[in-house]
Amino acid sequence: MMSGRLVTLALRTYLALALLLVFAPIITSFIYSFDADKYAAFPWGGFSTRWYGEALADPDVAKGFHNTIIVAVTSALIATAIGFATAYTDYRYRFFGKNAYLALALLPPTIPAIILGLAMLVFLSRVGLSGALHSIIICHVVYSIPFAMALIRLRLGQMDRDLEAAAWNLGASEWHALREVVLPFTLPAILAALFLAMAVSFDEYAIAWFVSGFSETLPVRILMLLQREVSPKVNAIGSLVFIVSMTLVLVAQVMLVMRAPSQAAANGPRQGAGRG
Amino acid sequence: MAEPLLVLERLEKRYGGLVAVQSLDLAIAAGEFIAIMGPSGCGKTTTLRMIAGLERPSGGEIRLRGRRLNEIAPWQRDTPMVWQSLALFPFLSVVKNVEFGLKMRGIVAGERRRRAMKWLERLGIAHYRDRPVDKLSGGERQRVALARALVTEPEILLLDEPLAALDANLVVRMQAELKQLQQQLGITFCHVTHSQSEAFAMADRVVIMSEGRLQQAGPPREVYRAPANRFVAEFVGANNILDGTVAEATGERVRVDTGIGAFDVRAAPTRPLAKGAKVALVISADQVNVAAGPAAEGNVVTGTVIGEEFVGAFVTLHVDLGGGTVFRVQLQQHALDKLGSVQGKSLTVTWKPEHAVLLSNA
Repeated sequence: MMSGRLVTLALRTYLALALLLVFAPIITSFIYSFDADKYAAFPWGGFSTRWYGEALADPDVAKGFHNTIIVAVTSALIATAIGFATAYTDYRYRFFGKNAYLALALLPPTIPAIILGLAMLVFLSRVGLSGALHSIIICHVVYSIPFAMALIRLRLGQMDRDLEAAAWNLGASEWHALREVVLPFTLPAILAALFLAMAVSFDEYAIAWFVSGFSETLPVRILMLLQREVSPKVNAIGSLVFIVSMTLVLVAQVMLVMRAPSQAAANGPRQGAGRG
Repeated sequence: MAEPLLVLERLEKRYGGLVAVQSLDLAIAAGEFIAIMGPSGCGKTTTLRMIAGLERPSGGEIRLRGRRLNEIAPWQRDTPMVWQSLALFPFLSVVKNVEFGLKMRGIVAGERRRRAMKWLERLGIAHYRDRPVDKLSGGERQRVALARALVTEPEILLLDEPLAALDANLVVRMQAELKQLQQQLGITFCHVTHSQSEAFAMADRVVIMSEGRLQQAGPPREVYRAPANRFVAEFVGANNILDGTVAEATGERVRVDTGIGAFDVRAAPTRPLAKGAKVALVISADQVNVAAGPAAEGNVVTGTVIGEEFVGAFVTLHVDLGGGTVFRVQLQQHALDKLGSVQGKSLTVTWKPEHAVLLSNA
């Protein structure tokens, strides 16, 4: 018994250390964002929210934040819509080349962001769409569709195949069945996809850096700041970005977990308890 | 007779090279309770799905009240179905599930609620109206599925093995309820099942299918007592089948030579049988008698008991008649008591000529 406990304790410590290692840079940045001293050093120069104040007062940062929000929300909406459509075609139809279609749909995040960014820049400037906010939106849509699609596809996979047919059988046209049955069933995954796509866009800088021109987003602004000077403002902005995108990811997780288990069990073939 | 409610005419369904339903002809009358039965893969569910419009026929025609249905989309037919999986909408409450069909037909909310509640009350689940469907027992969910399908007051209700997932006691109760409901409503029920007891307990007429073809259609008793072919004889009930040839055919009486002796059978005088024609005798296990001593009447053969099976008050004896033929004999428990211990004993097996069925397509 005793050795079993020791092993458990050792494993838990190991896990805690591993997590600490992963999050150490972020924690450090978070701690020094409240440091009164300009240069990060040990020991701390005292608690201060000065850098947050400076960061928020910087018009470039404010503009970047504003841009980031517009890009994140717009691209998440578009990516989720396209992701749903892609997942639904996969769920509903069988056709020649379906595997190739799925592989292509899931491809973008596997391409190094630098390459994707460069390619996007070349392409968008050819068609006269580069250097503006909509350029970033287009790129982030392409980049986050696979995340949205994967989440929605997972949820559709849990849907009883008879459910949609049952709606048709009760007089719902294909369009009505989609609206009244498929959409409500996948709603948790759709919301999760929205938040995840927002999170992906919110802290993506590489592609945005290539295509943004003068309409830079917050992550791009951080990069610019770092290139010019080492200001603790960066710590403050970084912490803010981290908190926002973590919140979005957590919300996405909660959406998925909240409604899924009871619904999956609703139509499984199970033995009646005979209470009726 | 007026045009039947539903007519299937030379109906076919092929998936590539695979034939699921082959040249099926069937007419279903208004108010009839029909059970389509067969082993899995016999095409019964495909037939039902074609009636509902969920599968498109490869050939033939489906007519409801004389109207050709083949090209009509499922949502434009009024052929609601109770699914094997029930397919209740998990994100809707009980009453919202039932209202679904009415909502799709554009009926206003108040009227919808009133009509849905009427059905919930009728099926005794009105108090569950606002429950999510996954918080109900199997039997309750069954009722929700029924109410949801019946709320549009269709002329025909399709049932795809809806009782398959229920436990045995509940199945018997639901069978009785379904039958009663069908008689009260006077609408057509078309029930697909692989269970003989389910089909025979409820249906006015049983349709037996195998390998995409209709094998026999008729009232349960007729199918049970006079199987039309070997498949039906093997599939329905507990039948003993003896292959043989015609030795003598005089009027109604035919003598058949089999590997274990020659037996008399009363043949239906539909077509004359030539001497030497290959036939099969079907003798239902419950029409066979056994005795310890010699017997004089009917067809007599002796055999050794090699096994006993007990189901409730009934016993099925397996009697080896020699030549690789094993007969099943169904007895009541008290009849067996009179014989004493039978295991390994030699018994006389008899049956009356009129209790055997002659199949000419052996």
